This record gives sequence, C-alpha cells and structure tokens, in this order.
Amino acid sequence: MSVERREARQPWILLSPALTAVTLLLFVPLLFILVYSFWLRTATGADQVGFFFDNWQEALTDRFYRDILLNTLKIAAITTIVCALMGYPAAYFIARSRGNKAILLLLLMLPFWISYIIRTMSWINILGVSGALNSILLSLGIIHQPLQMLYNETTVILGLVHFLLPFMILNVFVSLEGIDVTLEDAAHSLGATRWQSFLEVTLPLSLPGLAAGGLLCFVLGAGTYITPLVLGGPRDAMFANLVFEAVITQLNWPLGSALSLMLLAVLGTLVLIYNRYLGMAQLMKGLG
Amino acid sequence: MGWSLIRLWALLVYLFMFLPVAVVVLLSFNASQFGAFPMTGLSVRWFVELAQNEAILRAFRTSILLGTLTAGISTTLGVLASLALVRYRVPGSNLISTFLIAPILVPEVVLAVALLLFLNFMSINKSFTLLLFGHVIFTLPFVVLVVQARLVSIKRDIEEAAMSLGASPRQTFFEITLPLMLPAVLAGALFAFTISFDDITGTLFWKPGGVETVPTQIFAMLRNSISPEINALGTVMIVLTVGLPLLGAAIARQLARNRGG
Repeated sequence: MSVERREARQPWILLSPALTAVTLLLFVPLLFILVYSFWLRTATGADQVGFFFDNWQEALTDRFYRDILLNTLKIAAITTIVCALMGYPAAYFIARSRGNKAILLLLLMLPFWISYIIRTMSWINILGVSGALNSILLSLGIIHQPLQMLYNETTVILGLVHFLLPFMILNVFVSLEGIDVTLEDAAHSLGATRWQSFLEVTLPLSLPGLAAGGLLCFVLGAGTYITPLVLGGPRDAMFANLVFEAVITQLNWPLGSALSLMLLAVLGTLVLIYNRYLGMAQLMKGLG
Repeated sequence: MGWSLIRLWALLVYLFMFLPVAVVVLLSFNASQFGAFPMTGLSVRWFVELAQNEAILRAFRTSILLGTLTAGISTTLGVLASLALVRYRVPGSNLISTFLIAPILVPEVVLAVALLLFLNFMSINKSFTLLLFGHVIFTLPFVVLVVQARLVSIKRDIEEAAMSLGASPRQTFFEITLPLMLPAVLAGALFAFTISFDDITGTLFWKPGGVETVPTQIFAMLRNSISPEINALGTVMIVLTVGLPLLGAAIARQLARNRGG
C-alpha cells in the first residue's frame, strides 16, 4: 500500500471505535424503537410482531397524552423565559465586571459539578413543611401553621430553573464576551443613552448566545422526569414521566417506543430549526 | 440603567444558586433527630451513620466502578476521534462532529429507552453491562468536545521539529504529542467520570433491580422522607464532585507549569 493511501486511512482507523459506538448504541437503537413502535404488546406480555398503528393512534389521539405534552411544553417555556430573565443580567454583570471575572466564572461553573439530584432535593429543605422558610416565618410569628409550599407546578418550575440557569448564563456570557466593548462606547459617544446603546447594539449582538441558552433550557427542561417526581405533586407529571411509566412500570414497550419517538420528534424539530438558522457552532461554544 | 442594580441582581442570582446547597451542608451537621429546622446543635453523627450504612457504601462502590470504567472507555474513544478530527483533513468532518455529539442532542429519556429496548432485544438484559454501555455513549460527546477544544491549541510545529530531528512517528507520539495532550486527556476523563457519577435519568432505566448508584440511592431514600442522612450524603457528594475537578484543574495547571518551566 502506498504511503498516501495509508495516510488517508489513518484518521478513519482513529475514528472507527467512536463511530461504531454511536452507530450501535444510538442510531441502530433509535431505528429499532421506530420498528418496535408498530408492534403490539399482547395481554400475555409477549410482543406481537407486525405493522400495527394502535400505539401511534393511542399516543396521538388520546387527550390524556396530548394534554400532558402541551403542559410539558408550557412548563419548559416558562422555565426558559425565567432563566433568560434571571440569567441575562447576571451574565452581563460577569462579562462587564472589572474585578474577579475568573472567580465569578468558577462560581458559575460549580453548580454544573454539584449533583442534579442533590440540587433538586435541596429545595425540600427550603420549602418543606419543616424547611428553612417555614421555620423562619413561624419564629417571626407571621404564620402559625406551616405552609404547604411544595409539590406543585411552581416548585417543578423552580427546580428546573435552578438546574438550568447555569446553561443560560454561560451561553449568554460567551456571546457577550465576544462583543467588542468599544462598540458600546462608540454608540454612546454618538449620542445614544446607555439604555439605547444596550438595546440597539449589545442585545442584538448577544442574541445567538441567548438562543443557544434558551434551546438548551427548553430541550433539557422538556425531557426531564426526575424533577416532577421529586418536587411535583401527583398531577404534575411531564411527558417523560409517561415514557418512564410505560416502559418501566407497565412494561408496555411498544407504546413506550411510540411515546419516546413523539418526544424526540417535538424536541428534535426545535433543534433542527435552531440548526437551520444559527448552526451548531454556537451551541458548541457554550458547551466546550 | 444603574450598574449597581445589575450587581444586586447578579448577587441575588448567585444566592439563588448556592443558598439551597448551603442549607444541605448546614443541615447535614444537624444534631436533631429529624433532617430539618430548627437545628438543635452541631454533630457529625449523620456522617458516622452514613459510613456504617451498607446500602450506601455499596452504592458508592458501584458508582465509582461504573464512573472509572466509563471514563476509561469513553476517553479512549473520544481522544482517538478528536485526534483524527483535529490532526487530519477528514472529508465531512463537520458532519462527523455532529454525528459524534448526537447522543446529547437526543433527549436522554429517548436515548435511555432506545438503548434499553434494543439491547434487550439483543439479549442483553438490565445489567451492569447495559449501564456501562449507556454511560459510555452518554459521556462520549462531552469528552469529544472538551478534548477537541484543547487539542487545537497544541501546535503541530513541535511534532514536526521532533520528526525532522529524526524521531519516528511512534516516538513523536509517545514522547511529544501524548505528554502535551495529557491535560486534555485528564480533563476529558474527569468530565466523563463526574457526568457518569451524577447521572440518574438514564441510570434509572438501565439499572437492574437491587443495584443502586449513589444518585438512585438518594432518589430511593427520598421516597420515604428527607432524613439528615440524605443531607450528609449530599454533602459528601458535593465535596467529591466539586473537589475532584478543582483538584484535577490544579494538577493540570501544575503539569503545564512544570513543562513550561
């Protein structure tokens, strides 16, 4: 074999283990559940191989699934908006502060390393019947009975915001860092007020970061089932909880496949739209 | 708009991020019988009980073994792939990059279901092997992203200099490239370990009955009520998952400094 041929083959040898892993452990399984979603789980628990539309009909027309899907999207949307409102000014502060930018960034990265389940359950210590907030209010004499603040939709959103806010801040920060500060000064010297120069120069230039953070918050928020289990009540199930129920509790795997693919289709469409207009590069910047 | 207002807002956001976590740490030293306020005094009894809880110790062993194997495998795969993407002109490298990070573009629940059902069809039941496969595929994209970002900054010139001075490609790789890459490799491995150690979304789908990792153990304990033991376990987790990366970063900096000086 010539040297050039060998040289050309080398990268493929290096790539093949990773490519094989992703193919066999992600893409083939996804194709498999697509096929599986047309099978039937019979009363005896065996799978009936074939081409049945029953699971898809149930998943697409049952009001129960549709309502929970819409509710899941609503919760994800509120979470994303709250993250943007809370995160943007914080990211702006870090990007423009003259002091310890490295320390501020490190503090921001810390939550990424603190376990998701710990951060989620930590709210029970704050909002629970014998949590910090109730005991403060009781000792101040403002209330005489502990308030029931946990286990509703608001606490689910609170938990999601707490989990996803760092993703938003980091992405906005990355795009704010990339903006030439002198642009704002230029707008300022040309007569714009600080607020105007922010609205017309800085904000539009930082929109890609805001969009990347928003996409991450929305997709990760809409795909969760742990937060509603820990911080939600019995009626706060999200779509991923239905998937978990179907696959793990009811063992109806064909229906679970159809529900999973529905979730993938909805969230995947968002990722594709994002990719079409902004490209994946922006997202990688915030992740890497 | 006032800068002081923005500063106040940022301060509140930081408080929001850290206050609940700080309360977990505070309550883990609570002397009271119940894991809640009011605190009756400081004590380390919950850490002692933790160290004697066989179920939790078993979960720790499982998580550490799983995390270590995951880090080893996915770092190997990720470093090889990153080398190919950064060092060679590969046709369609953008597409390949997207392909390799696809596991984090798909919602984790969907990935979990697909892998569980497919491997079950291939007669690999819920087992440690399934957990390992799942954790490897889920951590691989992070390794690729982290390692690729750092590899770009290693200049090719140094390798070319070594080769022109008579080093073989193999010698060049082991004596020049690998040592220069070491911080990137360590960062990738650490990242993979931490993500695996933390994971619960996929793990709950893949774990066989009776096997618990630390997060699923905490989740199972939450079903009863929040006990001071959970807070103590939380504190240990925070120290581990925050301490390890900081330690890793310090070591990487030290390595870089030694090499530079």
